[in-house]
Amino acid sequence: MQSRRETLQHSVAVAGLLASAGFPQFVHAALNKNAFEAKSVQDAVKAAGGASLIESKDVTLTAPDIAENGAVVPMGISTGLPGVKHLLLLVEKNPLALVAIFQSSEALENNFLTRAKMGQTSDVYAVAIMADGKALWAKKEVKVTLGGCGG
Amino acid sequence: MADPMRIRAQAAGDKTTVRVLMSHEMETGQRKDAAGKTVPAWHIQEVTATHNGKQVLSAEWGTAVSKNPFMQFVIKGAKAGDKIAVTWKDNKGDMRTDEATVT
Amino acid sequence: MNIFANWAVPLALTLLSALPVVAQKTASQGIDEYRAMLADGNPAELFEAKGEDLWKKARGPKNASLEKCDLGKGPGVFKGAFVELPRYFADTQRMQDLESRLVTCMEALQGWDGAEIAKTPFGQGEQTNVTALATWIASESKGQRFNLSQNHLQEKTFYEVGKRLFYQRGGTHDFSCASCHGEEGKRIRLQDLPLLSKSPGDGVGFAAWPAYRVSNGQMWGMQLRLNDCYRQQRFPYPGFGSDATIALSTYLGVNAKGAVSVAPALKR
Repeated sequence: MQSRRETLQHSVAVAGLLASAGFPQFVHAALNKNAFEAKSVQDAVKAAGGASLIESKDVTLTAPDIAENGAVVPMGISTGLPGVKHLLLLVEKNPLALVAIFQSSEALENNFLTRAKMGQTSDVYAVAIMADGKALWAKKEVKVTLGGCGG
Repeated sequence: MADPMRIRAQAAGDKTTVRVLMSHEMETGQRKDAAGKTVPAWHIQEVTATHNGKQVLSAEWGTAVSKNPFMQFVIKGAKAGDKIAVTWKDNKGDMRTDEATVT
Repeated sequence: MNIFANWAVPLALTLLSALPVVAQKTASQGIDEYRAMLADGNPAELFEAKGEDLWKKARGPKNASLEKCDLGKGPGVFKGAFVELPRYFADTQRMQDLESRLVTCMEALQGWDGAEIAKTPFGQGEQTNVTALATWIASESKGQRFNLSQNHLQEKTFYEVGKRLFYQRGGTHDFSCASCHGEEGKRIRLQDLPLLSKSPGDGVGFAAWPAYRVSNGQMWGMQLRLNDCYRQQRFPYPGFGSDATIALSTYLGVNAKGAVSVAPALKR
């Protein structure tokens, strides 16, 4: 019968095999849990590894001026800067500010688009966390409206 | 099993734009149902994608991403015929992988 | 001596010309931009895919697919069928819209209980499958122009009944369809209300449903759209596939003749 130590060693070996077999690398979940539980933009960015927040014209936030409905608001982040580690999208007035983190990769352009829920009119932030810890950001106010009858 | 994703990958010049629509409720955990009970959080937490088997995308989502999520990313290079696979994993541990061919 | 005279006017002019001319975007333009940003990647595509799968999959007590379903252009023909509905069907001897016809096929070919499906609330049970099927069938006519037949006596009759219903006032607020859709240029908050007593143009009104509604993440067919209109008018709910709903659809569909269908669309 396997001893407990052998079982543990076996588990580690299996995990190692899974990792090297190209199984999706979900390694960042634990690291960024705090970021997703942060209430403010500043806290979320800090928890995601951003040290100093600097407004930057080299980070582009794509978002509409006005959203017909807060349930689906398109928002995107892009930048041509080198040395980016992560790209973040945040909604200041949401209960939890952080919407998404995209990992920068050599195989991809730093250009991501998604859709998020906004509870109310709010500033939306696009933040690029650089390798040196700087958090370069751009923001825009997106108005959220109550439309009408849904037609 | 969750409904399949819709993945479109179009090559244009030296880049390929991948657009994904996923079928998921994305409950924030803050909504109350008609009976007044809080609907528990149920949302995609991690998204990855591979290009011809090699991982290219890794993303984490919070509860604010919209229901039936949409995501777009751009792969450098990639040509028609290449395979793109997208995987999502939610907070209940459910996973789904779908594939598409670059056109 | 007027110490201001020499420099005041030139200064004022300089200041005025230095002010940037800000073109104020109207709310309407802003919302058009918002809709354009969402146009690519309509979650309705998820329902289209499901609908196509349901059309081809063997299901129900008879374990058969819907591939022999006749939507008016012959058994199994789905391209172009959407823009010709509602129409008269000889086999059931009645006017039918897309959703009621799908239920007829589900009963006849697959053995489902059509009455049960009609009683099932939207968004539950087989109704979700009817919606997905309707979404896919509509997508197979995307870009085509509405061309409902008015040849059969029933088709003409239902048009006239639909018109009467459109203008019929009732309920606690004495509303009719025309209260909201009977005049040009009306809106509720930021929602423009199309005039439906004639063709409102390409991709509007009848030509825009089924649609995915972002506010609740639901896929709505025309049956649910009409049902909800009646709810907003404070009327009782019409029955699923009832003559009233099909007559109204006939009125709207005939009025939309020549308009391009964009269904399945994306709505608030």
